[in-house]
Amino acid sequence: MNDEMTYWLLGRLDWQALPFLRAWNHPALSELIAAAAGGLVVLGALAVAVLLTVYRGWGPLWRDWLTSLDHKKIGIMYIVIAGIMLARAVVEAALIRLQQALAVNDAGIVTAEHFGELFSTHGTIMIFFMAMPFLTGVINYVMPLQIGARDMSFPWMNAISLMLTAAGAGLVMISLVVGKFSTGGWTGYPPYTGIEFSPGVGVDYWIWAVTLSSLGSTLTGINFATTLYKNRAPGMELFRLPLFCWTALCTSILMIFAMVPLTVATLMLALDRYAGFHFFTAGSGGNMMNYANLFWLFGHPEVYILILPAFGIYSEVIATFSGKTLYGYRSLVYATMVIAVLSFTVWLHHFFTMGQGANLNAVFGVATMAIGVPTGVKVYDWLLTMYRGRIRLTTGMLFSVAFLVTFVIGGLTGVILANPPVDFAVHNSLFLVAHFHNMLIPGLLFGMIAGVQFWFPKAFGFRLDERWGKAAFWCWFGGFYLAFMPLYALGLMGAMRRSSQWFEPQYVPYLLTALAGAALILAGLACLFIQLWVSVRNRDRLAAPLGDPWDGRGLEWSVSSPPPEYNFAMLPQVRSHDDFWEAKQDGRAYREPKRYEDIEMPRNSATAPLIGLAAAAFGFAITWQIWWLVALSFTGIWVIVIVRSFQQDIARVIPAREVAAKERAWLAEVESARPVDRFAETTRQNRGLAEVSP
Amino acid sequence: MSHSNRLHGGLNLGQAHAETHRQAETMVFGFWIFLMSDLVLFAVILATYADASVHGLADGPGPAELFELRNPFIETLLLLASSVTFGMAALHLKYQDDRRGLVLWMLATGALGLVFVAMEGWDFYSLVVHDDAPPQRSGFLSVFFLLVGMHGLHVIAATVWMLVLLIQIGRFGLMPDVKLRILRLSIFWHMLDVVWVAIFTFVYLSGVAR
Repeated sequence: MNDEMTYWLLGRLDWQALPFLRAWNHPALSELIAAAAGGLVVLGALAVAVLLTVYRGWGPLWRDWLTSLDHKKIGIMYIVIAGIMLARAVVEAALIRLQQALAVNDAGIVTAEHFGELFSTHGTIMIFFMAMPFLTGVINYVMPLQIGARDMSFPWMNAISLMLTAAGAGLVMISLVVGKFSTGGWTGYPPYTGIEFSPGVGVDYWIWAVTLSSLGSTLTGINFATTLYKNRAPGMELFRLPLFCWTALCTSILMIFAMVPLTVATLMLALDRYAGFHFFTAGSGGNMMNYANLFWLFGHPEVYILILPAFGIYSEVIATFSGKTLYGYRSLVYATMVIAVLSFTVWLHHFFTMGQGANLNAVFGVATMAIGVPTGVKVYDWLLTMYRGRIRLTTGMLFSVAFLVTFVIGGLTGVILANPPVDFAVHNSLFLVAHFHNMLIPGLLFGMIAGVQFWFPKAFGFRLDERWGKAAFWCWFGGFYLAFMPLYALGLMGAMRRSSQWFEPQYVPYLLTALAGAALILAGLACLFIQLWVSVRNRDRLAAPLGDPWDGRGLEWSVSSPPPEYNFAMLPQVRSHDDFWEAKQDGRAYREPKRYEDIEMPRNSATAPLIGLAAAAFGFAITWQIWWLVALSFTGIWVIVIVRSFQQDIARVIPAREVAAKERAWLAEVESARPVDRFAETTRQNRGLAEVSP
Repeated sequence: MSHSNRLHGGLNLGQAHAETHRQAETMVFGFWIFLMSDLVLFAVILATYADASVHGLADGPGPAELFELRNPFIETLLLLASSVTFGMAALHLKYQDDRRGLVLWMLATGALGLVFVAMEGWDFYSLVVHDDAPPQRSGFLSVFFLLVGMHGLHVIAATVWMLVLLIQIGRFGLMPDVKLRILRLSIFWHMLDVVWVAIFTFVYLSGVAR
């Protein structure tokens, strides 16, 4: 086969793309680590395939999960993606800390290029393939239940969003086995990421993975917003929405407006690289500062896309485990809205040093500090919700309290950074790295973990083990402080981010402390997985199928656990904020509907996973320039969409009889169960029926 | 919210019951939200164009040297006319339930769209071949081709969509789903018109005036 033929068939692919071969040829430590990582991906995929075959899981996986349009299953699948990607990115973080701790006047364990890949994948994954799927999954699962809806407004589009995100995540995983990932950081700034300085496939992997996931998120935003505006149960006025739904609404509005600039930026970068355009090149009229503007026009609202849903989760968790209604509900709603609006006015603070002049910097600095005000309002509201409450310190609550303390510290360093003159001094240093980890770990990850602890019994019908949960909490909490407080000091001492080597011996104690913190965080992650394992094994002892394990307040607790496919046998009639809580007080809860009706639900569809598959093929093919596959997969996606639009039989009717039988069985179980005092909710007695408290 | 103002103004779904109307409302609302994010796309590229058309010329030709108004003006008339023909189609859809008129007006719209795309293609061709101004020449030309090309791609996509809908009218008749799709395509088509007006104003008119 001649070279031209090979290029036509396989594009840029060759044997050197495999890390195993590179490690065989140059068995340096850095290459061995890369080969081990690639091997882990291959072995993991093989293990899953073998297990699925042994336990005959392929059929159920396809029928019950991948083709499902049920928002609850889609939500769970999002969270599974987030969990897998979280594990990879935390391991990478530990490697980054290890390298920096060892590389004082030394080469360390990985080469500079490999180190670049490590921090690029770590950031890209944490933002696009951990945080985004995680919050999208939680909103997907919880929001329709909270507003009294049976599904999203656009269930099929929901599945497509999931599959596009999965395709992007798949590309990042494949880059471990075939080729190399970008070394341009999660922001991918040109001209470094331009073809001149990064000719390999790495940046292309980054471009297409991020593009697929950002398209998915745009569709998700449209879906969430439409659902929240149009699918609420009768009586569910906007100001009766649980606060989590308000934060979901603000997040989805931000997604609608902010994801597009990112898609534009990555596509322009792609045109620069593939077709010789000059959007961001150093010469020929290109302007890389436009990239910084476009990227952060997305990037700053993105910060609030990430943080707001966590704020919503904390509001639910704190109110529930304090046994009080949320303090200052309206002020929290307004604060959330103000934050969402302000988030579009501060993007420039990411590049104060780019040279746009002092006055402009001052305006954006002031706007940045202004965001502290509504956030402060929220912190006080949460504190006052706890004040004089009967607080139960469950795992979810512990994460929430830790968030309050830690987030305020991160906010303070944010206000410091909002000062342009200060920012000039610490720009791109580890001080900045410490700051944004100080916002995002408590402000996103702790929230998502708290949300999982809180809603897991709703989704699966049994609680999570508290002992391992608390162990995980202390590891994460302590690990965070150990890992990131030293970075503030290092930043002030002049340590720049993304450095693979140091020449300052006085950094050593700080770097070693941070390394210990990373180890503790790794232990925390392990505890979470062990918690899941232990809880599944003890699921009979932890069972809470009746639906209300925490003496909950919102509509999601008013149905069985797990909820039936259609969520509500009869759409609820909402009378107030905290409707289910008040229903329990008034004795309105657990009443049988007067009549049952047939319920129409969307039928499963193979089209969404097929589109995801085609999208992944597209991303892989265009990265490696396999042009026939690019054309085939791109056409394939649109052919599938068109074919789907011709399908008539897309709904399935669940007969009233079936609904009635299920509902009556559950209500009979509730009738015969013994309610549990809320201080005994972590004991075996808790079957999911709460004692009505005075 | 009372029942009547939840119905969508642009459509008559016939004897369909309330649930169909509720679904129609949700569907069209979601589509408007999609249009908002699509408009952000054009806004962002237009903003980049505003910068690149001044600072991104490099050694290449600028707007004043490259653009003339004759073709863009004819293209504008074509697109505006296509909006009128689609409006006629929508009237047939709403008031007359007249499949033949609807199809004819949609065909006219699609034809106008195709002529528009063909003319635009010719403009691109002459820029690249006759004026030696391909997108690779300067930052300004890169953004110009991206902006106008992105609009052109939208028109092509809308035309394909129209073709699919014509087949569906033939196959399924005017059932509510098909009616809703026609309604959404018409909103999309009008939006592309609005975007073109912006492009004509800020790219061609002010480019020549400079």
